[in-house]
Amino acid sequence: MSNQIIQGILLGGYYALIACGLSFMFSVMRIINLAHGSLAVFAAFALWWLASRFHISPFVGLLIVLPLMAAIGWALQRFLLERSARGGALLPILTTFGLAIVIDNLLFEQFGADTRSLAPYIGSLSYDSWEWPGSIYVGKLAVIMFASAVILLGGLQLFLTHTRLGRSIRATSEDPDTAGLVGVDARRANAIAAAIAMVTVGLAGAFLGMRATFDPYAGAPQLLFAFEAAVIGGAGSLWGTLVGGIVLALAQTLGAQVHPQGFLIGGHVAFLIVLFIRLSTSGLGLRGLLRLPTRKPT
Amino acid sequence: MSAVSTSPVIERGTATSRIAAIAAAIIIALLAIAPHFLSAGAVDRMTALFVYVILAAMWNALAGFGGLVSVGQQVFFGLGAYFAIRLADAGLNPFLALFASGIIVGAVSWPLSLFMLRLRNGEFAIGMWVIAALTHLLVNLDRLVQGETGTSLISLNVYDAGARRAAIYWLALASMTALLAILFGLLRGSTGAAIRAIRDNEDAAASVGVRVTGTKRLLFVLAAFGIGIAGALWLATSITFQPKTYFNVQWTAYMIFMVLVGGIGTFEGAILGALVFFLIETWFGGTGVWYLVGLGATAVLFSLFLPRGLWGTIEERFGLRLLPVGYRVRFPAAADGDATPSPQQTTPYREKA
Repeated sequence: MSNQIIQGILLGGYYALIACGLSFMFSVMRIINLAHGSLAVFAAFALWWLASRFHISPFVGLLIVLPLMAAIGWALQRFLLERSARGGALLPILTTFGLAIVIDNLLFEQFGADTRSLAPYIGSLSYDSWEWPGSIYVGKLAVIMFASAVILLGGLQLFLTHTRLGRSIRATSEDPDTAGLVGVDARRANAIAAAIAMVTVGLAGAFLGMRATFDPYAGAPQLLFAFEAAVIGGAGSLWGTLVGGIVLALAQTLGAQVHPQGFLIGGHVAFLIVLFIRLSTSGLGLRGLLRLPTRKPT
Repeated sequence: MSAVSTSPVIERGTATSRIAAIAAAIIIALLAIAPHFLSAGAVDRMTALFVYVILAAMWNALAGFGGLVSVGQQVFFGLGAYFAIRLADAGLNPFLALFASGIIVGAVSWPLSLFMLRLRNGEFAIGMWVIAALTHLLVNLDRLVQGETGTSLISLNVYDAGARRAAIYWLALASMTALLAILFGLLRGSTGAAIRAIRDNEDAAASVGVRVTGTKRLLFVLAAFGIGIAGALWLATSITFQPKTYFNVQWTAYMIFMVLVGGIGTFEGAILGALVFFLIETWFGGTGVWYLVGLGATAVLFSLFLPRGLWGTIEERFGLRLLPVGYRVRFPAAADGDATPSPQQTTPYREKA
């Protein structure tokens, strides 16, 4: 059992990675990007294409794909989200949902229905493991993934609290108009925030491809995982995302123990239980739950 | 500002709208006798069109009038088909099962609404998607359904194919007409005013005594009931039930497409959007993936450049309303368009900026 718990915690690192970008964009721009999962799958396909076509290791490929993702994030904010956000809160939902359909089907058009994986391109890393006391084997990739999540979340936290740019992004998320009065360019802050969010999405896509298989329509489940992890953990800090990812992964691991089809059910049920408790105790929407530490920096 | 001195006229029904109402009655009457003249394939296509109109109208009721964008409405579509299978398996007449299934879906949606309606915007949209994913998995657990293999509405096989086709056609036509009539009646009445008040400003609506939660719940349950009926009707036409097909998010994608293109928040727009979608599907459905790319891209372009859709734009431009559900203030002094102090500002359809 302790083995499953450790594996579950490590898998939580992946969920934290994919949830991080979603909750970051939500907290800054108040937009839930429904194309989030599809963009992660897009990044995985880009890495796969570089590896299979040009024999570029996915780790080296990140040097190309992450800047590309940042550029996509920038363009997404400037050309799509900014414009649709002016039409009220409902329009960005529709815009990003339409975008997800376009991305999924273009990927299908380009790469077909086959499932792919980055595992063949990362040498023995996909199956290497360390033996821990109590003859528990932990995959090296899983540990790298978890460490990346901790470093990324910690880095973002430091960036938001200790840099000028981070402070201007936080100011914009609090109140764009007032931020503008003190010289913060809200458009620029939002575009940078979107670029950062997409870099984390690219990283999540890389790990998605390395630890499992993916296909053009894998975006929707990734979006749901990201959303669930963000909501479960949404205790008011980026570390909450990590906790959320771990809880989601543990619930899925537990579900899989109970029933062969219980993996996904376990995750969804955990999400609903947490949501139910939150809503019935606080009466708040998720707005108050999915918030970065903008009010009380730690 | 000169128009202020002349007294504005509040109008609802116009000559155009009275003609439109008569035209609608004639169209429905013609549709009712159509199976006697149409080929079997055409009857099936028309049945599909009626299902699309129901889906568009119900999603529009929720999103366009209630301000509740859901990406999980496929849950009710799938449940509609599932309960119909279950009821028919339990021995209920299959045609009766279709209707009873809609009732059950509506009943199921009520406790769900207690919970989901406390979510806002994007959280509601994607939370519904989680509900749909979970329901799909749970339906897969049913032994009758046999997981993704699915099952069939075998009890329909006792009916002769031709009679069955016509019966389902009439059932779909009757369901569509009834649901549109219910929605129209609801939107014209005091509930309609409450719905629009909530959409424009929830807090302000609550402060003048509108029952916000109750009104939203009514829309939520009505939309669930209608979409459940649509799912059951779809099952009746295709016989087989595969959870993956019925709980597919593409159903919601279709609803969003139809409503966005037709005109979100306009009664006529949803019907127009369903018709546009039906024609596009008929012509381009065979192109497979590119057809879906086109639908997604069109939805994005409409939400960016024409957020009020085709009908919303026509309405704004020409002041044309065929089936008015609200009231309009007309300023008699400025009959010639541009100089008007924008009568649209008082049209009930206007989306809040």
